[in-house]
Amino acid sequence: MSDLNYKVIIGLEIHVQLATQSKLFCACPNRFGDEPNSNVCPVCMGSPGTLPVMNKKAYEFAVRTAMAMNCEIARYTKWDRKSYYYPDLPKNYQISQYDLPLSQNGNIEITVAGEQKKIRIRRIHLEEDAGKLLHEGNVGFSQVDLNRTGTPLMEIVTEPDLSTPEEARVFGTELRTLVRTLGVSEANMQQGQMRLEPNINLVITKDGKQYKTPIAEVKNLGSLRALERACAYEIQRQLADWEKTGVTMETGFKSTRGWDEQTGTTVLQREKEEAEDYRYFPDPDLVPVVVEKDWLDAIRKSLPELPIARRARFQTQFCFSEKDATTLVEDRATADLFEQALSLGAPVKVLCNHFISFWAMHANQRGVSIAELGVSAPRMASLAKLVGDNKINNTTAAALAEKLLTCPDDPADIAQRENLMQVSDASSLEKILDEILIANAKAVEDARTPGKKQQKAFGFILGQVMQKTRGQANPQVVNQLLQKKLAEKN
Amino acid sequence: MSNEISEAQVRHVAKLSRLKLTDEQINLYTRQLGAILEYIKKLNELDTTGVEPMAHVAPLRNVLRDDIAGTGMGIDKVLQNAPDSDPPFFKVPRVLEDSSGA
Amino acid sequence: MQITQLTAFDLLDQIKKRQLTARDAVEAFLKQIDKHEKTIGALITVLPEYARERADQIDQMLADGRDAGPLAGLPIIIKDNLCTQFAKTTCASKILIDYQPPYNAHVVEQLEKAGAIIIAKANLDEFAMGSSTENSGIKTTRNPWSTDCVPGGSSGGSAAAVAARMAPVSLGTDTGGSIRLPAAFCGISGLKPTYGRVSRYGLVAYGSSLDQIGPLGADARDIALVMNVISGHDARDTTSVPESISPKPDYLTKLDTPLKGLRIGIVKEYQSSDGIDPQIVAAIDQATKLYEQMGAQLVEVSLPHTQYAVACYYLVATAEASSNLARYDGVHFGYRTPNPEDYIDVYSSSRAEGFGDEVKRRIMLGTYALSAGYYDAYYLKALKVRMMIRQDFEKAFEQADIICAPVAPTTAFRVGEKTSDPLTMYLSDIFTISANLAGIPGISIPAGFSRDSLPIGLQLLGNYFDESTILQAAWQYQQHTDFHRQIPAGFIEQ
Ligand SMILES: [Mg+2]
Ligand SMILES: [Zn+2]
Repeated sequence: MSDLNYKVIIGLEIHVQLATQSKLFCACPNRFGDEPNSNVCPVCMGSPGTLPVMNKKAYEFAVRTAMAMNCEIARYTKWDRKSYYYPDLPKNYQISQYDLPLSQNGNIEITVAGEQKKIRIRRIHLEEDAGKLLHEGNVGFSQVDLNRTGTPLMEIVTEPDLSTPEEARVFGTELRTLVRTLGVSEANMQQGQMRLEPNINLVITKDGKQYKTPIAEVKNLGSLRALERACAYEIQRQLADWEKTGVTMETGFKSTRGWDEQTGTTVLQREKEEAEDYRYFPDPDLVPVVVEKDWLDAIRKSLPELPIARRARFQTQFCFSEKDATTLVEDRATADLFEQALSLGAPVKVLCNHFISFWAMHANQRGVSIAELGVSAPRMASLAKLVGDNKINNTTAAALAEKLLTCPDDPADIAQRENLMQVSDASSLEKILDEILIANAKAVEDARTPGKKQQKAFGFILGQVMQKTRGQANPQVVNQLLQKKLAEKN
Repeated sequence: MSNEISEAQVRHVAKLSRLKLTDEQINLYTRQLGAILEYIKKLNELDTTGVEPMAHVAPLRNVLRDDIAGTGMGIDKVLQNAPDSDPPFFKVPRVLEDSSGA
Repeated sequence: MQITQLTAFDLLDQIKKRQLTARDAVEAFLKQIDKHEKTIGALITVLPEYARERADQIDQMLADGRDAGPLAGLPIIIKDNLCTQFAKTTCASKILIDYQPPYNAHVVEQLEKAGAIIIAKANLDEFAMGSSTENSGIKTTRNPWSTDCVPGGSSGGSAAAVAARMAPVSLGTDTGGSIRLPAAFCGISGLKPTYGRVSRYGLVAYGSSLDQIGPLGADARDIALVMNVISGHDARDTTSVPESISPKPDYLTKLDTPLKGLRIGIVKEYQSSDGIDPQIVAAIDQATKLYEQMGAQLVEVSLPHTQYAVACYYLVATAEASSNLARYDGVHFGYRTPNPEDYIDVYSSSRAEGFGDEVKRRIMLGTYALSAGYYDAYYLKALKVRMMIRQDFEKAFEQADIICAPVAPTTAFRVGEKTSDPLTMYLSDIFTISANLAGIPGISIPAGFSRDSLPIGLQLLGNYFDESTILQAAWQYQQHTDFHRQIPAGFIEQ
């Protein structure tokens, strides 16, 4: 085996569908899952004579994202037409941004295995999405649905700063969290609201010489897992290909590949000798956008706390572990829910505990986020307060939590109704304790006598009280009472 | 005859334009486009350094609309001029599941 | 006077006074169409039922004493590249031969709201690409002054129809002279408004940064009437100019103001143009002399870069066209080749079979100008030259209020005379094109006849959004001449 090592170079191109009400250049609803071709008007189907009018919200969403990624926002930006023929693109050109994108030169930080790394963002621009082609069955035709045609897409291009498949996945996760936090996209990957395209190649060093493998672009990855797997596969493939053929960036072509989820491999789609000729030119139907300072300031002011900052705060302020803080912040609504419950007076430690234990468990079981469980912040706060006020213990809290998923009542009411409240009332507990002390003279004796058995006997008596009260006795009160009783008889 | 554009270039442009041309047409267009491009060379007489390109007539900026959704025009109308359809879809000869250029 | 010989202004007056019904007007013009369409070939679609129904509605409104709008009962013909939901919109192309738009153009909405009645849709050069209407994929239109001659183009159908009195007014579109040239060839008046003055929503795009809709009619007052209805801001066209920047005037108010003190620019470079018919030069001279007598002041202006306008135009317009016409691909609407080999062939064969020669030629030129490696040398260069042409006009309008120029170097030429040489044909637009590149308004009005009795046009160019002044100058000229009152023999109803 000769001396060979290699470096992986990955850049990402990500298309994020913006969560606007209407499409980018017309008023058709921007909605997933409707009947095919029902959200189509003369403008988005490219009917002769129609003209586009830009959606202001989409522009602001893209600027929000660019700001959150520390990008420079262009003062002047314009729209260009990108020409290519495809049946899901009725005008046969896509309105996009070419040489003057709305933002450039940003970065975001990711943490992989405890290490922080800055990933540079080359540009973020807006463009319209294409429709969908369906190829049902083995028939000789394809079906075209234009519902998605003209919906707003934000294209984010990174510099090739990612160097492992894991980094690519972490970056993707970070980005998804960010756009959700910003409220600009739901980034539901199953619905194609966030699509990833890595560009991968290797720099191989062998016997002191360097070789670069041809860049492969893997199209349209629909999950973060697929992104990681596709990158991992490409590394092995390119290494093997290079060892077999010796083809490098200089001697080979850039290729476009597709991902096959079943086999876990990438498949060659086409090799390009030269760049595609898209004949970009400024769209004469759309006037430029010039952003004034006031507008930018207003957008900047409306930015929420960003995930990185929030995550840090959740760790320091609320004592979450890094992992729990990450999970919680990933979904803005869940993190918001947490803070809302907190503001309603929930004790922080108890609430943290509820979130990472049973609330997370129920969410996982149902495949939803904690925010989507349907339990409101006031009810979560109320449950945490019951524990904090020693009215119930954590075992009861877990049982109550399960009930809250199906019953709309306040947990305090349920606890009251079902008699789950902790008994802290000394006189009623004393009565129960007395009965138990009479019935267990031997244990009482042991508990009084210093020695090996004392601790165990004490615990036994406490257990008896708990049993009798079905776990609702306040352990601290019982403890005090018992010590008092044992001392009394002495 | 002018050699402003070659026959091979004309063939390439026809391909980019999605126009299936006969050899005769390629030949004719090579000559005609050549003559027009020869005439257009006239522009090179002008020094345009420092001149701002004029992409729009009116100095309009920021013509944006509010994000308010209406409704589609209805599937019947969408498909009304389709050369071939499989309602609610448009129908085309099978497209390889390649990819678009987006 | 016969109904078909009335100006729009007089016709509306008679309808308003209820001396005439809208239905009478519609019937008279339908009859004229019936009689002459065969020889002239100005129209692609005639809408007798639709027009009668609309006329009856308007008559009913008038009978009920309701306001039926400023153009109530006025028959009008519109170019067939303006979308109508109630009639096919073919652009004179085989590729849209059965195309039924799902919506109405902005100008169509405005006309109908104002009570005008669209009675027919006019022939044009396919997708408005041409200067003679010989490029129509449907029919060839003849010039009513001499049926051996072309009517000019691309709004040849709209111009010939008005000249043959098939309607008092029509709408055309002008990308490089397509309203003004046929107006000149057909002896009528035609206005290309400032770019942005009339919404392009529903105008099937050819060169989007140049296209503009405008009226054709017998005289400047009829044009002003129609402009009052079709112009104004439309939120669906982002290049449409908002009221805040240029409020829409009433184009009728300034018409009768005397021209005293008006500065009329004479273009230095046009004085010595080769290849311009001396009869046209003489007619323009006569016109400027008349203007002087009317109290205007002549000043010499220079447009040094207009000699580059044709070259510049054919890059800008075709580049935009190559992209605008990409949508005609046989997938979502329009013609599809009957037996495609595969989906790529749906594109290539449908387009090859659906588009005519000139359209293909321009798509090819535009695609080439935008393609990798040529963009800077061609398209970008053209955009810079375009800026220089605009700056010429800005300077000229510091010295002059309007500019006086020929419309075309010749009068109407014979059918077939220029079809084999596209470049010669392009040069017909040499005097009109720069107004489109700069975006300024221009009007063509009748200013005499050649020895062989063909009309000669006079072009008046105005500053941005100053249509009112060129309409005023045109109307004042028409108070002292009667070229615009001439109707070709054979089209006067007995
Ligand atoms: Mg893109
Ligand atoms: Zn739409």
